[in-house]
Amino acid sequence: MDQPAGYLHWGFILISWPNLLLIGLMVVLFGLALILPFPGHGSATEREKRG
Amino acid sequence: MTNERTPAHLDKPEVRTVPYDLIKEIAIAMVVSLVVILGFAIFLSSPDVPSVSIQSWSAADPADFVTTANDELAGASTTANYGPPYNNGTGSVQSIGPVSPQSWAGVHANVDQPHDFVINPLKQAAGNDSALMAAINSYETASADQQGKWHDAYAKALKDAKVSNGQVAVASGDYGPVPQMMSRLLQLAQTGALDGLLLSSDHFYQTDYTKPLLFMNDGGYLAGLAQDQHLTGTQWGMMNETGLYPGQTWLWLYTLWYQVPPFNGVSNADLLVVLVMVILTLLLMLVPLIPGLRDIPRWVPIYRVIWRGYYASRSQELS
Amino acid sequence: MKSRVGDDSSGSWTAATRRQLERRLPWENLLPDRQPFWVGSWVYVFGVVTIAALVWVIASGTILALFGPQWWHLSRAGRFFNSLHFWSVQLFFVFMVLHLWGQYFMASWREGRAPTWMVGAVTFAVSIVAAFTGYLSQQNFDSQWIAVNAKDAVNSTGIGGFFNVLNFGQMYGLHVMLLPIGITVLVALHIVQVRMKGVVPPIDDGKSATSKGR
Repeated sequence: MDQPAGYLHWGFILISWPNLLLIGLMVVLFGLALILPFPGHGSATEREKRG
Repeated sequence: MTNERTPAHLDKPEVRTVPYDLIKEIAIAMVVSLVVILGFAIFLSSPDVPSVSIQSWSAADPADFVTTANDELAGASTTANYGPPYNNGTGSVQSIGPVSPQSWAGVHANVDQPHDFVINPLKQAAGNDSALMAAINSYETASADQQGKWHDAYAKALKDAKVSNGQVAVASGDYGPVPQMMSRLLQLAQTGALDGLLLSSDHFYQTDYTKPLLFMNDGGYLAGLAQDQHLTGTQWGMMNETGLYPGQTWLWLYTLWYQVPPFNGVSNADLLVVLVMVILTLLLMLVPLIPGLRDIPRWVPIYRVIWRGYYASRSQELS
Repeated sequence: MKSRVGDDSSGSWTAATRRQLERRLPWENLLPDRQPFWVGSWVYVFGVVTIAALVWVIASGTILALFGPQWWHLSRAGRFFNSLHFWSVQLFFVFMVLHLWGQYFMASWREGRAPTWMVGAVTFAVSIVAAFTGYLSQQNFDSQWIAVNAKDAVNSTGIGGFFNVLNFGQMYGLHVMLLPIGITVLVALHIVQVRMKGVVPPIDDGKSATSKGR
C-alpha cells in the first residue's frame, strides 16, 4: 500500500484513484440509500395515534 | 423562530407514527461500522512514510543541504526573507490591497536564520576547534558586502558541485571562510547533531519543530519527495495521501482554487483562497436564509424519492 | 429566604431550569420510541453512522493518546490502533458528507430548524480543523509536508504566530483535547436540537394553502 498511487488527469483535474474510488462509493451509497426500501415501514398499515 | 412546545407535527392527531428504536439503531450502527473499520485496518493498515531529518536530508543530498545552508547564512533563503511571524522580511507577506493581516499580526515566532541555523550551532559544536572559531570570527567581522560576495560566488559554484563520500566539493574560488563553515555544518548534520542543536539549543524540553522544518523547507529535497507522492500544491496535494490510501477528500474545494486562475498565478493565493473558503463556509452555514440556495431542494426532486411513501399515501388519501 | 412553596415559586433558578427542560425536551421527545411514518429511508441512517464512526474515532484516539504519540511508529499494536483511527476518520467524513447531502435535499432547516443546520455546518468546519491537527500530529513525512505547506495559508491570515502548525506540541494538544471536546459538544447540541424539534416533515409540494414552506 506504500507505493505511490496512480492518478487520473482530466483537464485541470488531477485525482488519485483511491480518492476517486471513495467519492464514487459515496455517490453509489447515496443512490442506494435513496432507492433501497427501508425495513419495517410497509405502505398501508392501520393508523395509530401517537402513544 | 424557535418553537418551545412539543414539535408541531407530533401534536397533530393525523400524523401516523411507527415504532422506531433509536438506541437499537445506534447500537447496530456501532457494530456494523466497527466491523468495517476493523476490516480496513486489518487488511489495509495505514500510511506511515518515515519523517525526514536534517541528518537524512544531508546524507541523501549533501549538495542540496549545503546550497540551502549557504542561503540561510546569507539571509537569502525563502524563510530568511519570509516576513511575519518569523521575521521582518517581505518575501512571503500576503495582502489583498491594503489589507494584510499577516503584517498586522507581527513577529511572534522569531527565527534568525543566519544565527539560528548556522552560526550558533557551529559555535556550540566548535568546542576546542580553534580553526573553526577563527573561520566563524573572520566571517562575522567581514563587512556585509564582503559576505554577500562570498555567498554569491559559492552559490554559483555549488551548481556544479561534486559529491563524493557525502562530501561536497566545488571549483576553487574566493569564498572566504564559508566553505569551511559549510563543511563543518554538513558534518554536524550528517551525524545527527544538527537536528538536536536546532531543537534544544534553548532548553532541554522542546516540542516546537519550527527551526528544523523551516530549514528543510528551504531546500529542494523535501519538495522532491513530496512531488513523487503527488503532495505538492499544483498536484492537488492537499487532498492526497502517501501511498495508495485515500486522502483528505473533504478538502477538494479548498485545493481546487489553487489550480485555476486567478489563484494559480498570484503570490497572495493563500490569502485569497482562505477568504473564498471562509465566505463559502459562511454561505453553507446560512443556507436556510439564502433565497435560491435554500430553494434548490424543491427544484431537484430527490426529496420525492426519499419520501415516496408519504406522497403515495397522501395521494391515496386525496383520491 | 422564602420557604419553598412549590414548583411555581419564583426566584428559584433550579426550578426554572427544570421547567424549561421539561417543556422544551420532555423525556418522550429526547428518547422517543416512535417516529412519523415518513422516517423510512436509508438516508436517515447517515447521521447515526456518522456518530458511530465518531465514537470509534475517539475510542481509537484515546488508546493512541494513552501510549503516546510515538507508539504507533514503534509497535504493531500501535500501528493497528492508528489504522483503526485512520479508517474511522475516513468513515466519519464519508457519512457526515452523505448526511449533509441528504439533509440538504430534504431542506431539513424548515419550520424553525435553521439553528440545527447551522450547528451541523459548524461541526463540519470544526471537524476539518480537528482532522487537520491530527494530520499534523502524525510525526512522519506526511505531517512534515502538511506543516510546511499549511504554514503559508495560516500565516497569511495573521494567526500563524499563535497557531503554529510547525509546533507539534501545540497541534497535538489541540488535537487530543480541545477539538474533540468541541466536536463532542457540538454533536450533542445538534442531537438535542433534532430531538427538540423532531424530524422535519416532508416538503409540502404546495397542495396545501397553509404550508409554511420554509
